[in-house]
Amino acid sequence: MLTYTIFAGLLFGLYFSLVGLGLNLVFGVMRIVNLAHGDFLMLGAFLAFWLFNLYAVNPIPTIAIAFTLFLLAGLPLYYLLVPRLLAARDPEMLSIILFFGFSQVIEAVATIAFGTSERSIPGIALGNAVQWVARTFFGASYEPGPVTLVGQSFPLAWMASGLASALAVLFIYLYLYRTRLGYLTRAVMVSREEAISTGIDVHRVSAIAFGIGIALAAVAGIFAPFMLGSITPAMGVDVTITSFTVIVIGSLGNPLGTVLGGIVYGISYMFMQSYFSSWANLLPYLLLIAILLVRPSGLLGRQVRRA
Amino acid sequence: MLRHTLCILLPVVVVLAVAPVVYRNHLLLFNFIVFMTLAQGVNIIYGFTGYLPFGYVGFFGAGAYGFSLVVMHLHASPFLALAAGGLAAVLLGLLLTPLFRLSGAYFSIANLAAALAVLQVVSNPALEHITKGPYGVSLSGVFDPDLAYAAALAILAATLLLVIYLKNSRFGMALQAIREDAISAAMAGINVVRERVIAWLLSALIAGLVGGVFAWYISVFYPETVFSGEVSIFAIVFALFGGTATIVGPLLGVVILYGIYNAIGISTPQYFQLIYGLLIMGLVLFLPTGLVSLLRRWGIDVP
Repeated sequence: MLTYTIFAGLLFGLYFSLVGLGLNLVFGVMRIVNLAHGDFLMLGAFLAFWLFNLYAVNPIPTIAIAFTLFLLAGLPLYYLLVPRLLAARDPEMLSIILFFGFSQVIEAVATIAFGTSERSIPGIALGNAVQWVARTFFGASYEPGPVTLVGQSFPLAWMASGLASALAVLFIYLYLYRTRLGYLTRAVMVSREEAISTGIDVHRVSAIAFGIGIALAAVAGIFAPFMLGSITPAMGVDVTITSFTVIVIGSLGNPLGTVLGGIVYGISYMFMQSYFSSWANLLPYLLLIAILLVRPSGLLGRQVRRA
Repeated sequence: MLRHTLCILLPVVVVLAVAPVVYRNHLLLFNFIVFMTLAQGVNIIYGFTGYLPFGYVGFFGAGAYGFSLVVMHLHASPFLALAAGGLAAVLLGLLLTPLFRLSGAYFSIANLAAALAVLQVVSNPALEHITKGPYGVSLSGVFDPDLAYAAALAILAATLLLVIYLKNSRFGMALQAIREDAISAAMAGINVVRERVIAWLLSALIAGLVGGVFAWYISVFYPETVFSGEVSIFAIVFALFGGTATIVGPLLGVVILYGIYNAIGISTPQYFQLIYGLLIMGLVLFLPTGLVSLLRRWGIDVP
């Protein structure tokens, strides 16, 4: 039971770090709060749902499609919303309200387009996808079904989501620390003013970071039907709160801290599920408040808060 | 101050007191009163101190449940229960005062999480014998919509009086000074922590009283009804739309936006949500200080 809880927590933790990663990237670079984060995740989930139902596209190729689509959508969105917002008197506070409005727009459009009924993707879709990947890239045969690890059996969806999340985190790490654009992004994160004065095109760097941020949310959305339960247009708010908890635990503005936050969150979530299931829903909120009060800069953070 | 009382408070209260005689839909009028009061409550904490209470509904819900628990378990009279509702919200406010160590977005998010945590506790099936859990509360024993309407109107009047006082007093000036620059305000001899907490608790008390009177008026409700995130958002957006740190701004916001909501929001909620979202975005991008600032730009002085 204990081993199972810890390992399941770890898998969920990896997934939760993917859920929070994009939000943290956006906050770190632009110092704005994307309250519509959960709604982008919802859109990603619906993209996976429709691609699967209409064209029988497996969730794994959908990752590439979703990433590209949302990255491209993020660029114009950035130029439309953010520069104007950053010019205002209190961008951080106004961003909450602005993106709240935006999340309402997304939710309303999704409701008009998809209706309010709950949807899900059958787990076998992911199983087939994994089988396909195993055959094409590794030449291995694989029968869809639960995966056995450390003597415990876990649903395949958890393993696949955990693995995909780990790969996405690795991708972001390589982007931030091994490419020139990532180097510039980190410069903007440290100090926007100094980045401007050294001649970095801050808007271009930020726009790409914004695009990657919502693209990561969409990718996380693809696994939402397997990890978070059925999908509805109204699911965004809860996801946003969860993402917030995860990144606050890790520390705001430090994308890699999100991984730690996600794992802490995932393991405590699984412990609550196993041992106090009727109070498990309270966890994100209490954890969030507790961390904010005890260590507002997060577990890995430097002191970032003023006053 | 007298001028503001005569020109703003009196007409609003008189209109809302007479309206039930000529207009049949009393629930709608009641909801207007509820949101006017809540928007002013947000105005007190956000407009005057700059803290954005994203979980303001927590106080509203605490008030509604404070009222209901006292009625259900102690069989108290509604007015006593109203006081209990206000008290419940103030206690929750006291419990949340440590959140003031946080600033900006951190405060808002922590406040939202706190409101959701209270909802999770109240609606938990494990507490069914106390709060009736997720199955909702029924208070048919004290049902008296006319009296509840009058009580709500009295709460609105008191709230307006408080905002008028804030607008015209040293205390209100001190709060605004803290909002602009807490350190300079402290240097000027303002007790930053105390003044801020007083404003916070007043704001909580208002929401608690409104929550109590709301429970009284509708008498049958679920936890999700009184802890709906929509309540905080509505109150915040109404206040912002009209213009915070003003007396008429939030009232104007409620009349216009809640009016639109009732015209189209009931029958086609998703279209309202769309318009509403676009309005909020437009507001932040083009008019971040509210409608009142637009009027001021045209040379009309609005308090």
